[in-house]
Amino acid sequence: MTATQLDALRKSSTRQWKEGSIHGVLMTSALLSILTTVGVVAVLAAESSTFFREVSPVEFLTGTKWTPLFDPPSHGVLPLLCGTGLIAVGSGILALPIGLAIAVYLSEMANRRRRRIVKPMLEVLAGIPTVVYGYFALTFVTPCLRWLIPSTEVFNAAAGAIVVAIMILPMVASLCDDSLQAVPASLRQAAYSLGATPREVSVGIVVPGALSGILASFVLALSRAIGETMAVTLAAGATPRLTLNPLESIQTMTAFMAQVSSGDAPSGTSQYNSIFAVGFLLFAITLFMNWLAQRVLHRFREAYE
Amino acid sequence: MTSLGLGDNAHLFQANLEQRRRRSARFRRACSAFTWLGVGTLFVLLGQILYQGAAWLGWDFLTSFASRFPSRAGIFAALVGTLWLIVTTAAISIPVGVAAAIYLEEYAPRTRLTRFLELNISNLAGVPSIVYGLLGLAVFVRWLSLERSVISGALTMSVLILPVIVTAAREALRAVPPSLRDAALGVGATRWQCTWHHVIPQALPGILTGVILAISRVFGETAPLLVIGLPIFVSRTPSGLGDSFTVLPLQIYNWTQRPNHEFQNLAAAGIIVLLVVLLLTNLVAVVLRQRTETES
Repeated sequence: MTATQLDALRKSSTRQWKEGSIHGVLMTSALLSILTTVGVVAVLAAESSTFFREVSPVEFLTGTKWTPLFDPPSHGVLPLLCGTGLIAVGSGILALPIGLAIAVYLSEMANRRRRRIVKPMLEVLAGIPTVVYGYFALTFVTPCLRWLIPSTEVFNAAAGAIVVAIMILPMVASLCDDSLQAVPASLRQAAYSLGATPREVSVGIVVPGALSGILASFVLALSRAIGETMAVTLAAGATPRLTLNPLESIQTMTAFMAQVSSGDAPSGTSQYNSIFAVGFLLFAITLFMNWLAQRVLHRFREAYE
Repeated sequence: MTSLGLGDNAHLFQANLEQRRRRSARFRRACSAFTWLGVGTLFVLLGQILYQGAAWLGWDFLTSFASRFPSRAGIFAALVGTLWLIVTTAAISIPVGVAAAIYLEEYAPRTRLTRFLELNISNLAGVPSIVYGLLGLAVFVRWLSLERSVISGALTMSVLILPVIVTAAREALRAVPPSLRDAALGVGATRWQCTWHHVIPQALPGILTGVILAISRVFGETAPLLVIGLPIFVSRTPSGLGDSFTVLPLQIYNWTQRPNHEFQNLAAAGIIVLLVVLLLTNLVAVVLRQRTETES
């Protein structure tokens, strides 16, 4: 090929046009993700603004009664927040330490064979659809709880918290495991050569060294617990209530949204609009937690390289 | 010990060592116990489902429509609906997701816009799925008046799994060595020629694995479809994108909710079907991954 031919090829308008249009198509696809974000925010803002025209945001955020189906309705979101918090804290108390312990075992103590057995099993646990956990809560966890503590209500926060804990456990374990593995082996070797026991190496060296990743995984897991819908809708009940008793029936923000939408609320009613207001709050909370996780990852980062 | 020059302090080390070793052993046992507790939970869960549901499984269960009578109820409509949803969602989300990944990995200049795009996608992945349901309800069901049809559900699901697909496809693209691109560009290939003829064939198995895993999430996602208000009782299967439909997880949800034990057993049988489908999908993904690992 001569130089002129090459030059012609380079300047060929079909070639440039083709390249340009492909570039355009690919870029548009990437920009769609921004459209999604804008869409989510716009929809939540627009629909909840109609809601906030009827109910003042102050009443919404500080009211202690959530009875949008009553006449006159009362829209205080605190009982729903309390229910969500109960589930998140309860599942966190169970899943965060256990998840970290599993990660420490897998990363620091298990031999390769055990690791190869346990890891896929945790992945299976992570892949089970949430509605299955709801079923498990109702047919297994709740009967067990009621057998242990007979005063437990049929729908209760504890069963919800337990299955949500099972749900987020694999996530905590595998994210923590990743961060523990990222701690350089030389640190462990140095500690062992000074005579430290495996526990001292794990607790004193590796876990502090991986703190940023561990804390970030905790925040992300809690954020997932807050956004979880099906399991808590099935297990925790539909009674918005300001209570800290895990054996009572409660309602979370997500369960409320599921309840109203499966009841086919007509468009334009304050009931219909209230799910967008609750959704907006949920969106804001999870967005804040994701931001927090990124900050934590950044703030406590130990640079090893 | 005295030979180490510890002198009078030697007893401190001696006495401690025993205790420290015991504590370490206890710690190890505790961590191991928690691990087997987690694994044990999986077996209890699966055992409970099999125990309650296995007897209800059968050909009739797979080929009957939902019914008020547990003995006659089946999941045919839900199975067909799930299939419609998966295929439509895949057709929408895979091209867009992979194209976005190619743009971000192969084309995008390192600008502020690109960084913002990346941050945006990772944030979208953390949004609870029910929020996407609200988006679908407001935009697809009401504003575009697509009703509770296959296309509304598929669009909602596509928006939901797009960030997952983009992330998975990007990882696969990133695993292609840069030297390959340099060689192609060096002999005068255009960006697209390099991407289409060299990068994509190399990354394809990885992309497929990631995409299959992402799509398999659609099988189990219930919350967004519940929010857009899919009906539970559907007496016929959809014949087009505009028809109403229901899906398996929603059917399971409905049956679980009922106080009647027989319906809960039906739910367990439905879960078995759901888990088998999920398992098969993941198996395909794992086999694909292993084949690429042995090749490279």
